[in-house]
Amino acid sequence: MTYIAKPKFHHPGLKKNELGYTHRDYEGKISTLCAGCGHDSITASIIEACFELSIEPHRVAKISGIGCSSKTPDYFLGNSHGFNSVHGRMPSVLTGANLANRDLIYLGASGDGDSASIGFGQFAHSIRRGVNMTYIVENNGVYGLTKGQFSATADRGSRSKKGVVNTDNAIDLVAIALQLGATFVARSFSGDKTQLVPLIAAAIQHKGASFIDVISPCIAFNNHAGSTKSFDYVREHNDAVNRLDVLVGREPIHVDYAPGTVQVVEQHDGSRIALRKLDADYDPHDRLGAMTFLQKHAAKGQIVTGLLYVDPEAEDLHAHLDTVETPLNTLDARELCPGSAALDKINAGLR
Amino acid sequence: MSVQSPISSVNDFVVRFANVNGSGSASANELFARAILRHGVPVSPRNIFPSNIQGLPTWYEVRVTEAGHLGARGGVDMMVAMNPQTWDKDVASIEPGGYLFYDSTKPMPSSKFRADITVIGVPLTAITNSTYSDPRQRQLFKNIIYLGALSALLEMDPKLIEQLIGEQYKGKEKLLSSNVHALHLGRDWALQNLKCPVGLRVKRADKVGDRIFIEGNSAAALGAVYGGATVCAWYPITPSSSLADAFTSHCKKLRHDPETGKAKYAIVQAEDELASIGIVIGASWNGARAFTATSGPGISLMTEFIGLSYFAEIPAVIMNVQRAGPSTGMPTRTQQCDIIACAYASHGDTKHVLLFPEDPAEAFEFAATAFDLAERLQTVIFVMLDLDIGMNHRLCRPLRWDDARQYDRGKVMTKEMLEEGRDFGRYLDVDGDGIPYRTYPGTHPTKGSFFTRGTSRDRYARYSEEGPVYADNMQRLVRKFETAQDLVPRPLQANAAKPTKYGVIYFGSTSPAMDEAIEMLEARGHHLDRLRIRAFPFHSSVASFIADHDFVYVVEQNRDAQLRQLIVNENGIDPVRLVPILHYDGTPITARFIADSIGDHQDHLKVTPLRKAVS
Repeated sequence: MTYIAKPKFHHPGLKKNELGYTHRDYEGKISTLCAGCGHDSITASIIEACFELSIEPHRVAKISGIGCSSKTPDYFLGNSHGFNSVHGRMPSVLTGANLANRDLIYLGASGDGDSASIGFGQFAHSIRRGVNMTYIVENNGVYGLTKGQFSATADRGSRSKKGVVNTDNAIDLVAIALQLGATFVARSFSGDKTQLVPLIAAAIQHKGASFIDVISPCIAFNNHAGSTKSFDYVREHNDAVNRLDVLVGREPIHVDYAPGTVQVVEQHDGSRIALRKLDADYDPHDRLGAMTFLQKHAAKGQIVTGLLYVDPEAEDLHAHLDTVETPLNTLDARELCPGSAALDKINAGLR
Repeated sequence: MSVQSPISSVNDFVVRFANVNGSGSASANELFARAILRHGVPVSPRNIFPSNIQGLPTWYEVRVTEAGHLGARGGVDMMVAMNPQTWDKDVASIEPGGYLFYDSTKPMPSSKFRADITVIGVPLTAITNSTYSDPRQRQLFKNIIYLGALSALLEMDPKLIEQLIGEQYKGKEKLLSSNVHALHLGRDWALQNLKCPVGLRVKRADKVGDRIFIEGNSAAALGAVYGGATVCAWYPITPSSSLADAFTSHCKKLRHDPETGKAKYAIVQAEDELASIGIVIGASWNGARAFTATSGPGISLMTEFIGLSYFAEIPAVIMNVQRAGPSTGMPTRTQQCDIIACAYASHGDTKHVLLFPEDPAEAFEFAATAFDLAERLQTVIFVMLDLDIGMNHRLCRPLRWDDARQYDRGKVMTKEMLEEGRDFGRYLDVDGDGIPYRTYPGTHPTKGSFFTRGTSRDRYARYSEEGPVYADNMQRLVRKFETAQDLVPRPLQANAAKPTKYGVIYFGSTSPAMDEAIEMLEARGHHLDRLRIRAFPFHSSVASFIADHDFVYVVEQNRDAQLRQLIVNENGIDPVRLVPILHYDGTPITARFIADSIGDHQDHLKVTPLRKAVS
């Protein structure tokens, strides 16, 4: 991997968002991943979502572990601080960062090796603590950087590029996230930006633990016949339960869909999500229903995508700890140090 | 044997309580120690406890020491034998002429005693059972009853004990009066039935002064509060859990916004030590002061992150309350055995700053200072406590805080500095001290952001695998470590009354035993200059101290002479000049051990010319 800076010039007529930023202001360095990598599409979707939400790029902290997916934060939001940390440990680093400053937006980028194998514990515990974050797993079922070993999300019976059949059961991170109490759970496909961009935008706006599993085919090691994470396989087996539009603010909603097919979900911060139902029976507020639905469809070999669960009344770790509204990293000695008079009293109590 | 006369001593003896873990004896025993303190007589108590919650043997040892020797002494003058499981061993451990205090409700065969000790039987169970019917009350008040009997035997002032009970149960009148009643049950029985006092006596003195009585873990936690720690992530492990617990309780009292009641801190009990240190590093990266408390096995788990802290230059504070290793080792026994593990923790070339507090007062100071050092040096700082300091109450000078003291947040480039057009290179050594500037995430819309990584990068944080770029950065890290030498607490030297060719280096919890050993050695005619090391990297005075002496003893509580190794390695000292004095059985080092070990060596030197001893 080498360092490649992207040229800064751009077309003067580029679309600007509410803050006057163009897409280019949300980009990072030139990707060093393989041409055609699904992860680059996810990077593009993150850029798009942040642009659409008019987020100030420097108010995002992007944190990752180790692996192909964990390299991606270098390729988006070049004006944000990024932290490519330790393999499987993004969740703890993100948790700490979030505790230090509750005012930033925390974007965790991880992969299936990073989150389902070495970091399975940290993934689970950050979800169950309700850290306010958008946790994206760029899921390709293989270890790309070390040349194509199966990861823990590889389906049983799927075949590696070298012809080896995976005999281990797969970990479904979405199912686990649901079980552990994530308050926003989605699955998408890197090849379906129209579904993915609003999901990322909604996840960022959600105040609580948001988890998105994005199937992202590895063009180099997992895009062959026999793989269940290839572009062709995912397209053929994709069962989207809904599509969504993210609505910021409180303007009236004009949606051109047939009555009964749109469900508006209001999030805690006032933002709204308009869900276009593709599966009339699917209720994204029913955690248990979502778990059952997922399992039933997985048994049929279908990959359920869309916003699978959202709790509009979610709470986060700061609420659980009842921390002050001011970010902890801005408190100074005056606010943190009890001073000598208090210490004298403590001393007196220790005699 | 029978001619052995009973030990007679005022304000200078050791009482050891042999109890069963979980029997509620701890609070009665602590009350005993505190009551002696109230007589103006220093005490040094130690818990010797098993890795167990209920049922296994536990001991509480109180050294009564008007002279103020706070190290463990070794030997027992009076055994309060309340545990049948350990009876034989407990009786055997009493010094000749010592005293055995036991529950005489059930008769014991005479073969169970020794002829050279004074046996004091009090029918504790009988007294307890005739007064109380509730089993839990029986168990708890039995402890207070033996305390009452001891107060008569040792001629303690009961008013002082009552006063302590009054403070403990303030506002709980029923508990207060029942405890005082139990105290007098025991006391009165002893006064009526036994010869009081025995040869061991507590006499009012004025030797405690304004000193406080506190556990090192609690003091270190308070240091973290005063030092401005806002994020604490930890995973339970003996003997460090009480540090995180203490931080929690101190914060509850001291760190809530008076108006909103909200917390100005965040404490997370993590899923393991990897997550603990990850949370600390994430929080510190984002500009908060954060720490974790752990012990040896936790350090092993944290080493990958420790390397990241070193290489990506992210502040972190780790309070390591050391226990006997390796592996699970002896979880409830003390050692200074993680020196090498912490100094060089993680793969690749790494070196870390270690602080060695000697007692709770210094644990408070070093804990607070650790946050300044971590942010100034942008790296991990270890506060190296141990079980002996951490989990025992120790008499020490009062904790002090200078209200004019400001936190040293280190080199942080602000939005204003970036606006002024200052050149920001995250790993650029602008001042020649090896310390670069950092920015907090979210500082500026277009300037000062960078990508933090554990991979190699250039001075502007851009990924690079170029050899010279990598080496340049590694050299700067060496420079930074050299800068650290003059920022960390300096060694303290105390010279012998007479000029001497011999010196001794020691650190941490060895301190009180060392001070006492010096007196014992002087009495034997051996004079030594002392150097107490308080931090790594070593200040230049460590090398000059060694250069100034023919031989230097290095006293430590581990098998492999880890501090000595570090001195030899870092200062290029001829190992022959550093004589290891090693105590590593898990008990706290004693003055007797040090004085005997050094004394024997010195006696040998006296008869053999130095040149022959070396060759």
